[in-house]
Amino acid sequence: MTAYIIRRLLHLIPVLIGMTLITFSIVHLIPGNPAQTILGEAATQEAVKNLEESMGLNEPYIKQYGIYVTDLLKGDLGTSLRTKAAITKEIWPHIAATFELTFFAMLFAIFIGVNAGIISAWKQNSWFDFLAMLFALVGVSIPVFWLALMEQWVFAQELGWFPAYGRENSRDPIAAITQFYVLDALIHLDFPRVFTILKHLLLPSIALGTIPMAIIARMTRSSMLEVMQSDYIRTVRAKGGGQFLVIYKHALKNATIPVLTVIGLQTGVLLGGAILTETIFSWPGIGRYVFEAINYRDYPVIQSGILVIAFLFVMINLIVDILYTYIDPRIKY
Amino acid sequence: MKGKYAFWSILMLLFILLLAACSGDGGADPSASEEGNEAGNEEGTSEQKGSNAAGDQVLVYARGGDSVSLDFASISDGESSRVTKNIFESLLDYDKESFEVVPGLSHDWEVSDDGLSYTFFLEEDVTFHDGTPFNAEAVKINFERWADPKHKYAFTDQGYAYPLYGTMFGGYKGDDTHNIKEINVINDYEIEFVLKAPQGPFLQNMAMHYFAMTSPAALEKYGPDIGENPVGTGPFKFVSWSKNDQIILEKFADYRKEGLPKLDQVIFEVIPENSARLIALRSGEVDIIDGINPDDAAGIESEEGLELYVRGENNVGFLGMNVEKEPLNDKLVRQAINYAVDTEAIVEALYADYATTAINLIPPNYFGYNEEIKAYGHDVERAQELLAEAGYDNGFELDLWVMPVSRPYMPDPETVAEIVQSNLEEVGITTNIVREEWAPYLEKTGKGEHELYLLGWSGSNGDPDYFFDSLLHGDSIGGENRSFYKNNEVDELIDQAGAEIDQGQRAELYKQVQAILHEEAPGVNIVHSTPLAAAKSEVKNFIPHPSTSDPLEEVEIATE
Repeated sequence: MTAYIIRRLLHLIPVLIGMTLITFSIVHLIPGNPAQTILGEAATQEAVKNLEESMGLNEPYIKQYGIYVTDLLKGDLGTSLRTKAAITKEIWPHIAATFELTFFAMLFAIFIGVNAGIISAWKQNSWFDFLAMLFALVGVSIPVFWLALMEQWVFAQELGWFPAYGRENSRDPIAAITQFYVLDALIHLDFPRVFTILKHLLLPSIALGTIPMAIIARMTRSSMLEVMQSDYIRTVRAKGGGQFLVIYKHALKNATIPVLTVIGLQTGVLLGGAILTETIFSWPGIGRYVFEAINYRDYPVIQSGILVIAFLFVMINLIVDILYTYIDPRIKY
Repeated sequence: MKGKYAFWSILMLLFILLLAACSGDGGADPSASEEGNEAGNEEGTSEQKGSNAAGDQVLVYARGGDSVSLDFASISDGESSRVTKNIFESLLDYDKESFEVVPGLSHDWEVSDDGLSYTFFLEEDVTFHDGTPFNAEAVKINFERWADPKHKYAFTDQGYAYPLYGTMFGGYKGDDTHNIKEINVINDYEIEFVLKAPQGPFLQNMAMHYFAMTSPAALEKYGPDIGENPVGTGPFKFVSWSKNDQIILEKFADYRKEGLPKLDQVIFEVIPENSARLIALRSGEVDIIDGINPDDAAGIESEEGLELYVRGENNVGFLGMNVEKEPLNDKLVRQAINYAVDTEAIVEALYADYATTAINLIPPNYFGYNEEIKAYGHDVERAQELLAEAGYDNGFELDLWVMPVSRPYMPDPETVAEIVQSNLEEVGITTNIVREEWAPYLEKTGKGEHELYLLGWSGSNGDPDYFFDSLLHGDSIGGENRSFYKNNEVDELIDQAGAEIDQGQRAELYKQVQAILHEEAPGVNIVHSTPLAAAKSEVKNFIPHPSTSDPLEEVEIATE
């Protein structure tokens, strides 16, 4: 397995090079002059020209790319054109925020999705199966922003159970250590705060997790149905294994592989695509960070943001691949 | 066993859900009790966690976007100056509700008869937040930093630039047009600015928040990181900034004004969605919100516990015309379009009474506003006559560019475009709506690729010069003059008004400018809007400023 992991890591090198090339080129295809945008509508032409020069925008692309990659290797993501702050420093809290949200959204999606799928498969064609699959259908078709707004309206405005925005009680901000607030609050042994943070997490997690939940439920169901019909399950049953044992121990493990793929893919999708949820719930995540950068043509931030998301996506795939071999030793690469 | 594990996990999750759901109306929820507590002890106190002791004056101000930088002079966006307004002070300031110039860090000033020398008498015993004293030398360093791109604190290599300095004072050190010739420190508390030519709006400009004083020691200490480490003399000092989330300021104990500020802490929150911001206000999570849909205003006004605030008129939303393109180069056609567009209908449909129909480019409360000018009004027949006179009986086609973002002066540009389109259709002008992203929109209209375009302008120093000179002076073509309008007479009048220091004279000159522009019609002035803010009733002494940078030093939270 170690050899496999090393081989897999080596495969990452061309992927990463490709990624830097693509993010770099995409940015140069976007219309608009960044210097003008930074200086604002009232800037003089000369000021724009000076800034272009100091930013190296007049250099040939190849040279700009070379500088970019060299800096990346040094762990320097560059400086935001707009805020003039180091991106490495700026981006981390955003990554952490998105990670936390994605983690809880996937937790929600996996628990509800997997279990609903299992029960549906187990009680195939029952009313539960019917209802769960109907919900799953609605779940994949529901627009995220609509769900988020409805949640906000019902649970924040009308009922007042959950906060409408943010990660934390803004009047009493946490002294962040890791930027993962749940973790930070646990480190501080501040349990009321853990509770407050979980309350903030709940609505956006549900909004974000609904689509993956529905997909996972459907995938689990069909995968389980297939496995349940296989010979070895019949054998377990013949040996008199209880329903619970059959399903959760013997069937689930083999049904997990395709579900795991879906989970991996969906996690990646959520990481990059949480912009709407992040905007509606004022979640200071990476999606919003990049989105704002795009609005202002903040080239280095766009590059770094997309690169980081792509990198995380690749890493998640790597983890999923490694998990495959762990779950099903028959899988060899 | 796996089964059990999954089972317990679900149970846990349900438990959390249940707990969260129950806690809202009970008294055990720490966040709710903190909020109630700090908002004015309505609910009594329960366990209070964190750094804020009971009875603290903590104000949460929610807005739609984050600050770009806290180095005010290097940026020009309102969200940044909204925060820095409370950290920094300029030599002069504006009155609470208007753009009238009042003392700031200088308590008095003298202008020489020829209008070329301004002497400012500075407040004594003022210190910056870092403890260093404020004096004339500090003023000189700040101005030199903006004026001289090679100055050691200009940080031009790190991408810093000071566009507003260039705009307001005619350029930078070494430019022929740079109007500040020299700055002389007379003694610790007296400083003289010598100009090359008299400048009418000079004091008005000096009061702009962009020209506020940073501690020279902080410039030395933080270098180009100054944008994240603001150190001023204002009522609040900077504590922390988590990007896209919140900026925390706290009371500056040695503030020069006795008994101020009244708040202990100000927290600026970013809540991008207008609806979420309003929900947060209603549920007590925040105290003041800005950026309210005109349609929500009536609801807020009638709601107990909430207060609606209307900012003064300080902007214009317009339909601009690229006068270099045919047939918009024909004055008759431009006048016809002015008759055709039903500005009153637009304002009525989209601004829920929180705006007035524009007649001139500048808002009616500005000095120099020409009240004698009458609106074109909606007159289809007159428009058709004019078009016929110009030789366009059969109509023609035009591109109409629609800005992709909403702004206070135009919350819904798409609908404005649709109304304009149907208005023009009535007189035989077909319009094709063109959509672009915001940055290329500005860039391409700046280059003149467009014909008709929607845009607007917000004042930042309360001076008509900022509108006329930026938008319609011939020298601004390639910059903000996206109408490519150049009229020598207008240019001369604007220049004269800019160089005149007698305000009465200036007003007369601007009135002449408006008369010519009305006749020449390089655009259709549509609206002056009054942007809205709202706050909880417990928030006292909040006066929103037309510049959108609200001073919070006198604000306090009090229960009735």
